Amino acid sequence: MDEWRAPRDRIRAMHTVVIAGIVIAVLLPAIPLVIWSLSGGWWFPRLLPEQWSLRSWRYLASPASRVAEATRNSVIIALATTAVSVPLGVPAGRALGLYRFRGKRFAEALVFAPLIVPALAVIMGVQVVLIRAGISATLGGVVVAHLLPALPYMVMVMRAVFSAYDPEYEQQARSLGASRWETLLHVTVPAVLPGVVTGALFVFLISWSQYALTLLVGGGRIITLPVLLFAFVTAGDHAMTGAVSLLFLAPALLILVVSARMLGGRSAGVSGLEGV
Amino acid sequence: MTSRHSVASARPALLLAPALLVIGVLFAGGIMLALVQSLGYLPALGMRTLSGDAFIAVLTSRGFLRSLGLTLWVASVSTVLTVLFGLITALVLRRRLRNSRLIRFLYQIPLTVPHLVVAVAAAMLLSQSGLLSRLLFHGGLIPAPAAFPELVHDSAGVAIILVYAWKQIPFVGLVALAVFQSVGDDYESVARSLGASRVQRIRHVLIPLSLPAVVPATIIVFAFVFGAFETPLVLGTRFPSMLSVLAYRLYTDSDLTRRPEAMALNLVIALIALVLVALYRGATRVFSERRDG
Repeated sequence: MDEWRAPRDRIRAMHTVVIAGIVIAVLLPAIPLVIWSLSGGWWFPRLLPEQWSLRSWRYLASPASRVAEATRNSVIIALATTAVSVPLGVPAGRALGLYRFRGKRFAEALVFAPLIVPALAVIMGVQVVLIRAGISATLGGVVVAHLLPALPYMVMVMRAVFSAYDPEYEQQARSLGASRWETLLHVTVPAVLPGVVTGALFVFLISWSQYALTLLVGGGRIITLPVLLFAFVTAGDHAMTGAVSLLFLAPALLILVVSARMLGGRSAGVSGLEGV
Repeated sequence: MTSRHSVASARPALLLAPALLVIGVLFAGGIMLALVQSLGYLPALGMRTLSGDAFIAVLTSRGFLRSLGLTLWVASVSTVLTVLFGLITALVLRRRLRNSRLIRFLYQIPLTVPHLVVAVAAAMLLSQSGLLSRLLFHGGLIPAPAAFPELVHDSAGVAIILVYAWKQIPFVGLVALAVFQSVGDDYESVARSLGASRVQRIRHVLIPLSLPAVVPATIIVFAFVFGAFETPLVLGTRFPSMLSVLAYRLYTDSDLTRRPEAMALNLVIALIALVLVALYRGATRVFSERRDG
């Protein structure tokens, strides 16, 4: 073998191994979920079920499974969390991304801390107030709890968006005679919209994926998809666990596709923080 | 740059107020309420005397020390794996991602998959009757499911570590990739023209350049695992359990007088996490000063 070429070939082989590793590692967890969801019985040591069945998917669609209720609750909670986080998060992100002012470091620390300190530990303290206010074990109470991880994430995303934004355009529009409203509509909004939409999608996803806070505040009375999924895990029903997992997973993949389109190939989800 | 306004704080304060109010009430309020309750003040339960007993009870209990040990172990090992594989995959992908949208999409998938789903899939793959064990059995490598190592519900938290590494490798990878892309190929070509080998270029050029972004990301990764809840709930043992799970168990204990202990534990968790926040901000500042100076 050519002495000079040998390492280059080895490097190429190494790259292929790493890429193959990534593909396998990412797809591997989906395999048992899909197979279990279609199994009627699958005992050790069989590699494939001895019996295939659509039982879990049929049960998923039937009212008895509470999947419809859980999906509806998950969607309502995630939409409400997003609907509060976006209008509060966008201006706050603008303030942190565009301006220097006194107390900025403190404001940033207050926004950043809830992204790192486990929300469960904090909301456990708040729970006593939610109970007294009579909103514990309600959809509204769960939304309040979800705001703790979601809103700071939205602020951080918008901070990143606005620190790459040039407000000179707004001043130029104003000096050319545009009203405040026209400037907002035709200058600011188009410039930051992809960031707002991406942030909103990920805030939706943070709420959608949330199990701990829903369990704590919902107290088992608010059934969302992860709460239902956990019930099937505890019951040891692998077929239903697989099916509900796939249903629960679907919007996450959809959001990734949409945000990849929005950002034109740049990476989603890292602009603020991982967060989910 | 003209765009960074230094203005009287009225306008930014107005923009910030609603969000800061909500975050402040929930976050600072939660911590204060946890503090009050940890000192034993729970009028709803008829407890009104203040004392530090709950802290003593928590900090000296065997369960706490074992849980803290497990939590630090799981967080450290998964962080090391995450950073190692995050950097390896970023180095390999840095030239490819521009061309392959499919690989880019696949690489980002773990970021959006809920932890609960990954934990469930990990149990199906890694338990003693799981898919991996079945494969080894068919390959004649193990005679029975019991011969497969205990990776799920084990005291070392192997499956929990793997779930977090799986979830977070692309996070560190994308942070490193963003750096590699922003510095371009110039430094590398200079190093190459000076005769640096491939390994030297990675070790002395690419890795040091990525550190200002990767070190803060590492702290975030550690902090996320530190607060893990649903993953250890699915994949962990009952004893020792990770700290968040232990706090939740104390909180939901049928003996309501254990509530102060749950709150004391929450404060310990929050305090450790706040130290991580300070480290993060310190690391960001140190690196940005080094870059500017």
